[in-house]
Amino acid sequence: MDALAEDWRNGGFGLYIHWPFCQAKCPYCDFNSHVVCQIDQARWKAAYIQEIDRFAEETPGRILNTMFFGGGTPSLMDPDVVGAIIEKVRQSWPTSNDFEITLEANPSSVEAARFAAYRDAGVNRVSVGVQALNNNDLKRLGRLHSKDEAIKAIEIAKKSFERVSFDLMYGRQDQSAASWSSELTWAIDLAADHLSLYQLTIEDGTAFGDRYKIGRLRGLPDEDLSVHLFEITQEICDKAGLHAYEVSNHAKSDAESRHNLIYWKYGDYIGIGPGAHGRLTLNGNRFATETFKSPFQWLSQVEGGQMESRTVLSLADQAAEYLMMSLRLTEGISINRYNKMTGQKLDSHQIDFLRSENLINIDQDRLCTTDRGRLVLNSVIETLMPSLELFDNSQLTT
Amino acid sequence: MTELSKIRNFSIVAHIDHGKSTLADRLIQETGTVQDRDMKEQLLDAMDIERERGITIKANTVRIDYTADDGEDYVLNLIDTPGHVDFAYEVSRSMRAVEGSLLVVDSTQGVEAQTLANVYQAIDADHELVPVFNKIDLPASDIDRVAEQVEDVIGIDASGAIPVSAKTGQGIHEVLEAIVKTLPAPKGTRDAPLKAMLVDSWYDAYLGVIVLVRIIDGVLKKGDRIKMMSNGSIHPVDRIGVFRPQMQAIDELGPGEIGFLTASIKQVRDTRVGDTITTEKKGADTPLPGFKPSQPVVFCGLFPVDNAEFEDLRDAIEKLALNDASFSFEMETSAALGFGFRCGFLGLLHLEVIRDRIEREYDIELITTAPSVIYHVYMRDGSMIELHNPADMPDLTHVDHLEEPRIKATILVPDDYLGDVLKLCQDRRGIQLDLTYAGSRAMVVYDLPLNEVVFDFYDRLKSVTKGYASFDYQMTGYRQDHLVKMQILVNDEPVDALSTMVHRDRAEQRGRAMCEKLKDLIPRHMFKIPIQAAIGGRIIARETLAALRKDVTAKCYGGDATRKRKLLDKQKAGKKKMRQFGKVDIPQEAFISALKMDG
Repeated sequence: MDALAEDWRNGGFGLYIHWPFCQAKCPYCDFNSHVVCQIDQARWKAAYIQEIDRFAEETPGRILNTMFFGGGTPSLMDPDVVGAIIEKVRQSWPTSNDFEITLEANPSSVEAARFAAYRDAGVNRVSVGVQALNNNDLKRLGRLHSKDEAIKAIEIAKKSFERVSFDLMYGRQDQSAASWSSELTWAIDLAADHLSLYQLTIEDGTAFGDRYKIGRLRGLPDEDLSVHLFEITQEICDKAGLHAYEVSNHAKSDAESRHNLIYWKYGDYIGIGPGAHGRLTLNGNRFATETFKSPFQWLSQVEGGQMESRTVLSLADQAAEYLMMSLRLTEGISINRYNKMTGQKLDSHQIDFLRSENLINIDQDRLCTTDRGRLVLNSVIETLMPSLELFDNSQLTT
Repeated sequence: MTELSKIRNFSIVAHIDHGKSTLADRLIQETGTVQDRDMKEQLLDAMDIERERGITIKANTVRIDYTADDGEDYVLNLIDTPGHVDFAYEVSRSMRAVEGSLLVVDSTQGVEAQTLANVYQAIDADHELVPVFNKIDLPASDIDRVAEQVEDVIGIDASGAIPVSAKTGQGIHEVLEAIVKTLPAPKGTRDAPLKAMLVDSWYDAYLGVIVLVRIIDGVLKKGDRIKMMSNGSIHPVDRIGVFRPQMQAIDELGPGEIGFLTASIKQVRDTRVGDTITTEKKGADTPLPGFKPSQPVVFCGLFPVDNAEFEDLRDAIEKLALNDASFSFEMETSAALGFGFRCGFLGLLHLEVIRDRIEREYDIELITTAPSVIYHVYMRDGSMIELHNPADMPDLTHVDHLEEPRIKATILVPDDYLGDVLKLCQDRRGIQLDLTYAGSRAMVVYDLPLNEVVFDFYDRLKSVTKGYASFDYQMTGYRQDHLVKMQILVNDEPVDALSTMVHRDRAEQRGRAMCEKLKDLIPRHMFKIPIQAAIGGRIIARETLAALRKDVTAKCYGGDATRKRKLLDKQKAGKKKMRQFGKVDIPQEAFISALKMDG
């Protein structure tokens, strides 16, 4: 099945580098991040480079579209480590003309002072974790920076990089629609051409999650307010020409995060670093890759020449993941591509039902959610998701 | 064979938890019938469910050899009878098989409703009674109060009551002596034609059906060809024995003796409790009195959660039915639940036991629909239909009137909770027949419709009295009332499995309660769902389940794909356990929970 083996090309090919360290753990964050006193940056650099070598050998000649330093807080990496990794990557794969190199950064003054150095190392896009534009909320979210620091960091970033995005979180404790609306309007004035706007989610295993469970996290929005906040977010951004191209991401045209689009268009991506996930097509099989989560276990595993774990994704897995990721996009999924991937069609009864409820639209090959459908996206995905038995009984599994 | 004068047959009458099984264990142990190392708790309760719930479902028996203080060797046969109202008929047969009873009363608790029901059975069977006050090792034990109660409430002399602690063994020897001295020896004629009462029967994988019998007259020998007098079937006896409590083969059973036989009988259905067994040739002419085939009184649908397990369920039900003549079943198709079985039971406990056994022993997850009683539907043409399932209710234009079964319920409750109990009975359309006091406890007798009791009456009773009330009932007959079939519509589609028969005057209230319950039980969907109760075409209650407005993951990047997909898979698997009605998924627990009444 050659067409299938090349399915990843519909989404592109990217590289994700995970830097697992932070200065403090934020109470809402369930990412793989750790706080340590000392980091042997040279040792980490060597490990990343060794991993890049290993993956490059398996994917010779593939054109790399993007790379992304995520975390944790990658703006705690020495710029020369970042530079060395970028240089290694450029030596290892041919890169596309519009090769995008993003680094996630915190807006503290110390980190902002390094922006120029990151630019010199090759980073061409930065994503700044602002989260809120008032000090009280920043404190409640456990952030170490102030509002003024954030504003300054955005200014510096805009001077240093061609492309700048920043994150805000909404649906915060005691946040009214009016205050979010003015905060967002202000944010848009500050913004370049990209914003990530997330509704605060209480995750298990976080400080917020623990507090929530014992009823000590108050002032969170109810469903109605939550819907309202989402709707005003769309409205304000649309007016400013920052259209939602994904559930939580807004950009002017052509300013989308190309790296993240690889995830959502279900392309291939290599994941390097502790707890990093990847999707990689090799010899006609699509693998889900996952590394050791603990930073030091990962480090010693790499140094010992051990590989991450790999699982072959069945067609059912791939179909489900494609739906799950691509329906997040405003452009939705390609029906043709889905059919080709799975060898079977989407359930027409379910499609009719979702259309009759005004939850999805179909325009020729594209199936996408309506505004209403996007708000209940998980249910829409679940409705369209193929029953696993359909696949279990067929010979279609790889 | 044992001489009649050296035999004593007895049963133990007690309320649940008053220590019947423990006392039986001690008697067995004290006489050395079972070696200490082979002792396990509640020897006679063979099934896991019996042990767990502390109830006896099948009659069990044990033969105890006892050398009394007078130096004579006696044979004591204990029949451990089922202790629950569902098995009242089985109890009455067991009682007829023995001449006396130990009346066990927990000296910390006193007389309970079930003690009463069973003691009256014993008195009906002309038993000599030996009162035994148990749990005297506990500080709360109050023998004088209990003795007074036994005399007041039951009306028997309690002066000879034996204080015991089945736990420590204190008083056990005295109990054995009282059995020998107080209880009468059985009567019977060895030379008469064989008359044996079938006390109980069950299926054994190796031996086939095992029949527990009490010989009234004559002698039962290996090789005899026996006849079941209710249906005339003939079986050659291939094994005779007694329980000690494990099986021990003997050559013959004579008058007054209790033991078992096997006779290549394949189905328990062929052996009816209370039947008379005689010999094919020169047999008895008339059977023993009192036989009646058992009749299920409570019906419900059992459906496999996973439709693919229907054949497994059929297999399980057929196997269980082989071993239980009182359990009936027929195939049922529900638009909502697919293929399943409409099953008949002796009562709610019987229902629960069967359901638990299917789930546990056969590993099939079940959806149980609302229990229903048998209504008598009188048609305009004069005919009568027995209605086991509200879904089968005939067109009202042809129906003249309906009758429903009634019961006489006896409830014993401490004063403090009397008000709550009266209210509960009133709410369930009860008519008070009697209210008397025995010390600080009230005994209320109510005439209640069985359909108000089968569902959650006992649970509610326990909950409003914090577990202090005891309850027993007996069927009294049928009476006409204004009953209607109430349908539930979810998203405008009728859900047959939620149809119930209700009294017209209660319909609005029940309908409203059910709609409200369902609103909480059904998860929100992407669209709003009307939930309605209707009688005929008329809507009597309505709730609307609002549409799910927001269900979207804020962040989903490359590292989240695996985890988020697993979550979706899990949700999807959860949905599989629900039932689809049109576009609506209804969780299985809704079928039962929606009917529970809180007040």
